[in-house]
Amino acid sequence: MKHAIKVFPRTGKFAENKDAAREIRLNDILPALEEGKEVILDFQGVDSTTQSFIHALISDVIRNKGIQILDHIFFKNCNTVVQKIIKIVVDYMQDVT
Amino acid sequence: MKLHFPNSAFLGNIDSFLRSIETQDGQTLEVTFNKHWMSLHPVVLCMAYSLAIQAKQQHGKIHSEPLEAVSKHYLERMGLLQALSMETRHIQAHESSGRFIPLTQIYDSDQLGNFITEMIPLLHTPSNQADPIKYVVSELVRNVFEHADSPIGGVVCAQFFKKSNRVSIGVVDRGNGILKSIQRSHLVDTDTEAIRLALTPGVTGLTSNVGGTESNAGAGLFFIKSIAKINRDFFLLYSGSTMYKLLKTPQTKPAKLFSSPLDDKHSFVEQLPYWKGTVVGIDLSLERTQSFDSLLDLIRGVYRLDIKEKGKEKFKQARFI
Repeated sequence: MKHAIKVFPRTGKFAENKDAAREIRLNDILPALEEGKEVILDFQGVDSTTQSFIHALISDVIRNKGIQILDHIFFKNCNTVVQKIIKIVVDYMQDVT
Repeated sequence: MKLHFPNSAFLGNIDSFLRSIETQDGQTLEVTFNKHWMSLHPVVLCMAYSLAIQAKQQHGKIHSEPLEAVSKHYLERMGLLQALSMETRHIQAHESSGRFIPLTQIYDSDQLGNFITEMIPLLHTPSNQADPIKYVVSELVRNVFEHADSPIGGVVCAQFFKKSNRVSIGVVDRGNGILKSIQRSHLVDTDTEAIRLALTPGVTGLTSNVGGTESNAGAGLFFIKSIAKINRDFFLLYSGSTMYKLLKTPQTKPAKLFSSPLDDKHSFVEQLPYWKGTVVGIDLSLERTQSFDSLLDLIRGVYRLDIKEKGKEKFKQARFI
């Protein structure tokens, strides 16, 4: 079972609001994962983001559930900038968990 | 508090301006100006604006000498004269697009989001040049929200300089400052050491753990310094009595990223007038702006290497004696 989360309606084109990231993590990502669902984070419409936003979105999920949780999270419709920032966060979270 | 606006204060020559300010007596602000002309980095305007707001908040007084220099209209349009309670007159505003972002006080996340949305059309820059600008403003102002506890919020302004084809940005607060913020989780006792740590990837005042907290990785200032470094621009961080300045990397040398700010070509100036809070200034040369995504590749490489090294430092080995 997959649970799709659209990021753009919560953040606009520039995903930088860490409060929004936290809400998505607590209200959408974690409950879906707890129910055994796979999570799809859909960045359609998001032009750019910040490391702080992506960190607030996923770092605690990785820290608490372990790096294997990435087998259950998919990042969809990410442009190059968004992809690269996600990779930076995933990299350093793997190195510290 | 005293402030004299010289005829020129940009990141390259800002040191003498910083040495000249007086920040004691938060209730009274005396402002004087160069008589002829002034050409100033936005960070200088942000500092002046911050002191003016502080004086007003404390029901103090602001004394500004009459402004004769031709730069009067510019300071008025940036919103500084109003903050200094100086007489302004309705001038015929030029088309502002592509020129400047006036002094703006930002207190919360929603205001920041709106500010960034409105800022980019004013600067009239294409997306590849707008990305680092948005990035810098977002990360710096969020630092104010998360670390500074600033009674005036964050003060921001920006200016496009046509001749040098660059955007200069200032972000200033009157909060805790970097030393106090870093001391929450790290044993440091000087502004210099605190600034060094704040610029090191993976170090945050919120925890001593590598990787940061759920909300903060301690990467923001490192990213911003890296944006300036790769584009061979200036970056300035001033807090307490110390200023760190990333100097320009000459075109003849490779612009390499380092995790330690001490490995970059830089200057540290200590024993400056005490600035309660944090001052950040950055230049972004638009003609040299390396594509944002290729910059991210470089940051990824350096950041990962540094975190691995830090992880090794914390890795415990059995000790046999």
